[in-house]
Amino acid sequence: MTMASTETLRETARPALPPAARKWLLSAPMLLLFALMLLVPLLMTLVLSFNSFDFYEGIGGDLSLANYAEVLGDGYFYEIFGRTFGIALATTLICAAIGVPLAWFLNRMTPFWRSVMVLVVLGPLLISVVVRTLGWAIILGNKGVLNGALMDLGLIERPIRLMYSSGGIVLVLVHVMLPYMVLAVWAALQRADASAEAAAESLGARPWTVFRRVILPQAMPGVLSGSLIVFALSASAFATPAIIGGRRVKVAATAVHDEFMNTLNWPLGAAIAMILLVAIMAVMLIWTRLVEARVGKEYA
Amino acid sequence: MRRNGIFAKAFCALFALFMLAPILVVIGVSFTPTGYLEFPPSGLSLRWFRAILDNPDFIAAAWISLKLALIAATLATVLAVPAALAIGRGSFRGREALQALFMSPLMVPTVVLGIAFLRFLTLVGISGTFTGMMLCHVVIVTPFILRLVLASVVGLDAATERAAVAMGASDWTVFRRITLPTILPGIVGGWVLAFITSFDELTVTVFIASPSTTTLPVRMFSHIAQTTDPLVASVSTVAILFTVALMLAVDRLYGLDKLLIGEGKT
Repeated sequence: MTMASTETLRETARPALPPAARKWLLSAPMLLLFALMLLVPLLMTLVLSFNSFDFYEGIGGDLSLANYAEVLGDGYFYEIFGRTFGIALATTLICAAIGVPLAWFLNRMTPFWRSVMVLVVLGPLLISVVVRTLGWAIILGNKGVLNGALMDLGLIERPIRLMYSSGGIVLVLVHVMLPYMVLAVWAALQRADASAEAAAESLGARPWTVFRRVILPQAMPGVLSGSLIVFALSASAFATPAIIGGRRVKVAATAVHDEFMNTLNWPLGAAIAMILLVAIMAVMLIWTRLVEARVGKEYA
Repeated sequence: MRRNGIFAKAFCALFALFMLAPILVVIGVSFTPTGYLEFPPSGLSLRWFRAILDNPDFIAAAWISLKLALIAATLATVLAVPAALAIGRGSFRGREALQALFMSPLMVPTVVLGIAFLRFLTLVGISGTFTGMMLCHVVIVTPFILRLVLASVVGLDAATERAAVAMGASDWTVFRRITLPTILPGIVGGWVLAFITSFDELTVTVFIASPSTTTLPVRMFSHIAQTTDPLVASVSTVAILFTVALMLAVDRLYGLDKLLIGEGKT
């Protein structure tokens, strides 16, 4: 008995390791995995993008900027990158235009309808993008649900081309990305002071004025962080552009896939991917700087 | 606060229609008796659900996805919990860098991760194997678990743990009797989110899966790219029902909004 209690007391008094070392030890298994399975592969891909490629010899061991020169010197790739970022920008703007009013209405709902709407917003996040995009492919096809309905109503004579078009990709990406925007804006509105809205209303402001003068400024931090997520995810989206855009309407991610799986020119594919990575990182960095400067000034 | 007017209600109804349309269309199409994609279906038939049973490659892919998601989510949880306990409490040198590293799979475009894993697995010589795919999925799903476990670790009461230590409890006892029960909801939520993420993952897996380790999303993706028959719609319907069942279970256990809104916050 006495033996046991002195034993535990001694253990309590003497921690086995200094706290910092303990923390590194706790993180060590994960750190090891990430070093081996994330940092090393990314480094290898960076090196790969400088390697040469020959259709007979395969991937060469030499290092040069030839792949980057090929991508940056070819109008075909400019078109692809232009389309990629155009689609991402359009998706972001539309998501913001829909997400802000929706988040506001969400705040003003009765608890029952709010939980129903939250389920409508979040539910699709849990369903595979492949499934959701398949649904849109059925809706948007030339003989699809939408064109069929519009022609039956006599609104159009010939089917509108939505499949295999950038417009179609934007439409489906908006569907995929809206939950992220709504969540970000809603979180911002919940942090905001609800009494400002009530005060504006009691002073006789019309709903549109309340929205423009009270809600929109309060929602802005959420719109800015939501836009960042939506833009980055849209610019690197693969499944949606691959299914809706088909073989002809290529974006950066599907072009990389093509080089790796069809042409088998891995170094060129790696160079395209690295340019995409750097471009997205640059946009995110500039965006964050701008937001910090702006929001910092307004909300300081 | 004023309630929504007629315009707001119409806006929300249109929004709900937009969000649910593709899902409802997929479910509708899967019941068609015809051999092509047709909506609304001209009749109700289970023809394309029976067809799943005649396509062993879809069933095999579903099993691989299930196995992959179970193992990847569990392994990632086992690694993420100690890491979260280290990162979540108190500051130490390199803490921010560690956290940024563990969250970074969310920041790198998935297509870049896909080719990086493919290059690595090929050079190491385990490309196309289940083990290789599983290790990649552990990396991909880790941020989702870490975020939720971190959120619950921050809420831990250090005084309770100190009290237990002062009473003579060993480290393991403190973890098992105090720490673990407190952070368990976060662990369960993170595991479920990781499971779903791994089960639905396409962009990375499309690069690293081989014909013998094809997952369900990859199988469906290549099927859609080749043909358009209602088979992939009926497979989708089964997947949707599976997801809905899982969602209901999670909602009971943890609260769906907590799980997903936790995901949205960074």
